[in-house]
Parts: sequence; structure tokens; C-alpha cells
Amino acid sequence: MIAVFKREFKSYFTGMMGYVFIAFVLLFIGIYTSALNLKYAYPGFEYVIKSSTFMFLIAVPVLTMRVFAEERKQNTDQLLYSLPISVLDMVLGKYFAMVALMAIPMAVVSFYPLLVGSFGTISYASAYSSIFAFFLLGCALIAVGMFMSSITENQLIAAVMCLGTLILCYLMTALSNLMTSTALASTLSLMIVALLLSLIVRLMTKSWTAAGLTAVITFVPLALLYLISPTAIAGAFTKALGALAIFDRMDNFTNGIFDLTGLVYFISVAALFCFFTVQAVEKRRWS
Amino acid sequence: MIEVQNLTKVYGNHTAVDHVSFTIDPGKIYGFLGPNGAGKSTTMNIITGCLAATEGTVTVDGHDIFEEPLLAKKCIGYLPEMPPLYQDMTVIDYLRFVAEAKGVPAKGLSAEVARVMEKTGVTDMRLRLIKNLSKGYRQRVGLAQAILGDPKVIILDEPTVGLDPQQLIEIRDLIRELGRDRTVMLSSHIMQEISAVCDMLIIIANGKLVAEDTPENLERHAEHEQTLKLSVLAGEPQAAGIVATLGDAVKLRTSKAISDAETELEIGVLTDEDVRERLFYAFAAANCAIVAMAREKQSLEDVFLTLTAEGATAQPAPAVAEGGDKE
Repeated sequence: MIAVFKREFKSYFTGMMGYVFIAFVLLFIGIYTSALNLKYAYPGFEYVIKSSTFMFLIAVPVLTMRVFAEERKQNTDQLLYSLPISVLDMVLGKYFAMVALMAIPMAVVSFYPLLVGSFGTISYASAYSSIFAFFLLGCALIAVGMFMSSITENQLIAAVMCLGTLILCYLMTALSNLMTSTALASTLSLMIVALLLSLIVRLMTKSWTAAGLTAVITFVPLALLYLISPTAIAGAFTKALGALAIFDRMDNFTNGIFDLTGLVYFISVAALFCFFTVQAVEKRRWS
Repeated sequence: MIEVQNLTKVYGNHTAVDHVSFTIDPGKIYGFLGPNGAGKSTTMNIITGCLAATEGTVTVDGHDIFEEPLLAKKCIGYLPEMPPLYQDMTVIDYLRFVAEAKGVPAKGLSAEVARVMEKTGVTDMRLRLIKNLSKGYRQRVGLAQAILGDPKVIILDEPTVGLDPQQLIEIRDLIRELGRDRTVMLSSHIMQEISAVCDMLIIIANGKLVAEDTPENLERHAEHEQTLKLSVLAGEPQAAGIVATLGDAVKLRTSKAISDAETELEIGVLTDEDVRERLFYAFAAANCAIVAMAREKQSLEDVFLTLTAEGATAQPAPAVAEGGDKE
């Protein structure tokens, strides 16, 4: 893992990628810092962080698009497969290299509250907890992007898929508010999701039995729940959508609450998508 | 050292490798031969763990590549068909990365990298970016990567593609040198190249194993068959009659009447005996002139072509080993 990590991390600085990424993050946060803190003199760094989250929509796809897609194009995935390192080590090495790259601008940004604080009174606790949560949000999104890169060999497709997913997550709260939350609408929407899920199962396993089983297993409880207690299922779909709104998990931090569930959420997303990436990379050998 | 059993790989409805089994003994150089698309690269990719098999097992030094991949891969150095190089790294950085990933201890790492660079002749190029190297040098860096960490088995997929004649000789010498105390398996679709360095040949065609033997044995088998081509001034039936008097070992394969008076014959001889003299007197006794006669010995190349052609027409039972000592 360490060998992969070192190689990846170095590779960001032999090309432009590392410098561009760091410059982009710093530029973005810098603009907000100078506008909000310096120009309008808001007494808190968390406003900057709150406004900066959408920078990830661009930074993350650009950073992650090449991480596996490029290996495949250059044939170097064959090297990695033939070396005595496990797929988990390979994925984690690459992941932590990106996390480490992300940590560089965050370390620089950590000086900003001190700078702002020297001109007035700000809450360092909420400033630093926001920065920390911002970093973790970045880590979670990088894992999502890495997964997108691992399922295609074209960098551009990886970037577009990642961008699409992130935009969807970013707008999720607004989207879920558009949905009606009656019991029937909720049940039907969940059933559509279940149908999509079984189609994905069909695509991945090429077995209609498995897809049918997935559909039955998900449909029956939904129908039962709708018949037995419609109130319980009303609003369940919007709630489920709300759970995907990863960017909104930042709100508590920027409002001055150190939200442990938020941290667990970010770390879980990161771990889950690292796991998915391992599976996707393993799967390639079987196709 | 490597045991391949019943290996099968199916892509969709195309069977790339079809129940192939063979054993590779330590300390020998194996040539893995087959026409394009025979399944050489697929087989090598499976042996090195880059690809999963549909069926069958591969054990390397007692470790199953699917069950204990890390232990098995530690014994293997692999150069795939396209050298797997990071374009934006320098040669030395790249080799250091591979050495670290292979678990070469930090203390001896620099020495080990220097050793393989020296062996493959890329020392002068060590500070160049790989993307700026010529094809031959890339191939060498790929080879350097494979022999890093001194693995027990070295698997090379078409290692001499793109090399100039001088480099070709150097790489052949290197492979011979490696084969002295290690097991080397190299693939090619060119017979001469492989017969020059290999102790054993494994020939596959259309995903099936068609022969596994030493080059000498294959050649000996080939020597038993000679082909004579001659033109005689005689009618077709008469010529056939004369050839038939020469015994069982001499068989008329084809005959073609060129004109009323002249016939072209192709005769197969199944022994080492030189029958040209007997042929001459036989035709002379019948008062027919031989106007041209040429002897063609079947070369290793022909054996290869015959074998792979047999495989291509999908013989149900793969004909393994052409006599001689077979394991």
C-alpha cells in the first residue's frame, strides 16, 4: 500500500494535476475568505466553508477521473495485478494519496481563521470543526469519484458520471422537496427504485432469478407496509432522498454544532465507496 | 514450478483457452508458441493473476494463484505483451516503485534497481521519462521490471517485439542467462526465435494444447518426414506405378500432369533414408527422364505449422507430444 501511495502522491507533482488542484481549492476558498471575512467582515470562518462546498463539484471529478481509468488505458493495471499487492492495498494506496493531496490546501486554509481572528473575535472551535468536516466531506466525495473512475476506462466518462452524481447529491434536498409525500406516491416511488435496483442486479449477475428475487424481496414489504400503516410510509421516499444529500451534512458544522452523526456519515460513505471500488477492480479480472 | 490444470477461459461465447494443462519444471526455459489469437496472452495473464480463469487451477511454487495470490505472485516476474509503464515517471523512479511493491527490502533496494538496470542496459536512460523512450528501451524497462526482486519464475509475453537485431541478440543472451538458475517462460509466434533459446516448447492453437516437447524431439520427428518434388517425362499413371515399386516408406502425395508427356510429383518419405538414387534408377529403368528433383526437409517451422493447423481445425483430442521423453 505504501509503495502505491508514494507513487500516486509523487505522480500528482510530476505533472500539473497536484499543483492545479491545490491552486484551485486555495483560490476558491481564498475568494470567499477575502469577500466574506475581509470585505464584508463576517465574524466567522464557517460562512466561508459553507459557501465553498460546491467547489467540490468541479475539483473532485477532475482529481478522481484518471485514478483508475488512466491505469487501464496505459495497461499499468496489468502491472498492479501481477505485483504481490492486494486489490485493497492498491485501492487504499490510491485513495489515501488523493486524501493527502486534499490535506495540503486544507492545512494552508487552517491558517485563515488565525488571520481573520487577529482582526476581531471569531469562534475558533466552529471555524476548525467546519474545516475538519469540509475535509471529511472532500474525502467522502473523492471515494465516490474514485469508484466512478474504476468502472470505466474513459476518463471523460468517469468525470461526467462523477459530476452528475455530485450535482444530484448537491441538489438532493431541493429535489426531495418537490416530491409529494403522500403514502401512495411514496410507495410507488420506492417501488420504482426497487425496480431499478433489480434491473441493476440483472445487469451485474445476468440472472433473471436473482433480479426477480430482489424485486420480490423489496416489493412485498413495501406493499405490506402501505396496506398496514400508510402513515409510516408517507414521506419515506423524501426522507430516503434526504439521506443522500451529503452536502447538507455540513450545515450543522457551519451552524456551530459539532455533529458526530455527520462525521460517521462522511466516513461511512468513504469506506463504502472504497469497498465498491475494490469490488469493481476485482470484477474487471473476471470479465 | 508452475502447474496448469484444465485451464479454461470463456469470453462471452468465445472460448479463448480450452482445457489446457501443462507443467513447468524449475530451471528450464519454456517457449510458449502459437499463432496470433491462439490464447497465449490469455494463458499468461491467468498464470500471473491478471485475469481470472473460468475453470481450472494454476499453482505457482505450490501456491494457488486464486487462493494465495500474494504468495504466488511473489514468485513471478511478468512482462505483459504491452510493457506496463507509467509514462510520466523516470525509469529509476518506476523501477524503485516496482521494487518497493515487490517487497524488496529498503536497504538493498538501490543496489537491486542498479543491478537490473545494468543487466537490461537501461542505466544510461535512468533519468529519462518513460514516455520519451524508444520502443526498444521501453521493452527493456519492462523486462527490468519483471526481473526485479529476483523472482523464481519469469514470464515474458513476446519479449523481443520491436527490438533491433543487436538488442535481439542481447535480450536472447539475457534470457539464456536468466534461465540458468531460474524458470523462464516466454511466448512468441515466431518459431526460430524460440527454438534458439528454449529447452522445452509448448505449442497451442485455438486455445488448445497441441504439443509439449523439447525442440530436438520435435525436430527429430520432423526429420522423419522429407518431401521430394520432381518433374518426370512420363504420364501420370505410369509415374504413380513407378513410385509404388519403391516400398511402403515412399508415398506419392500429389501428382499433376503438366502436359501429355510431363508430370509433377510430390513424394513423402517417412524414413531418414535418402531415396533419390533409387528413384533415379527406378525411373531410368522405365525409360522415363527425371528433369527436376528437389528435396525439402521439414523444418521445425513446418512442424509448428502442421501442428497449429491441426489445432485450428479443432481435433477433438489434442494430440500431445510427438514421441520422445514427455513428462
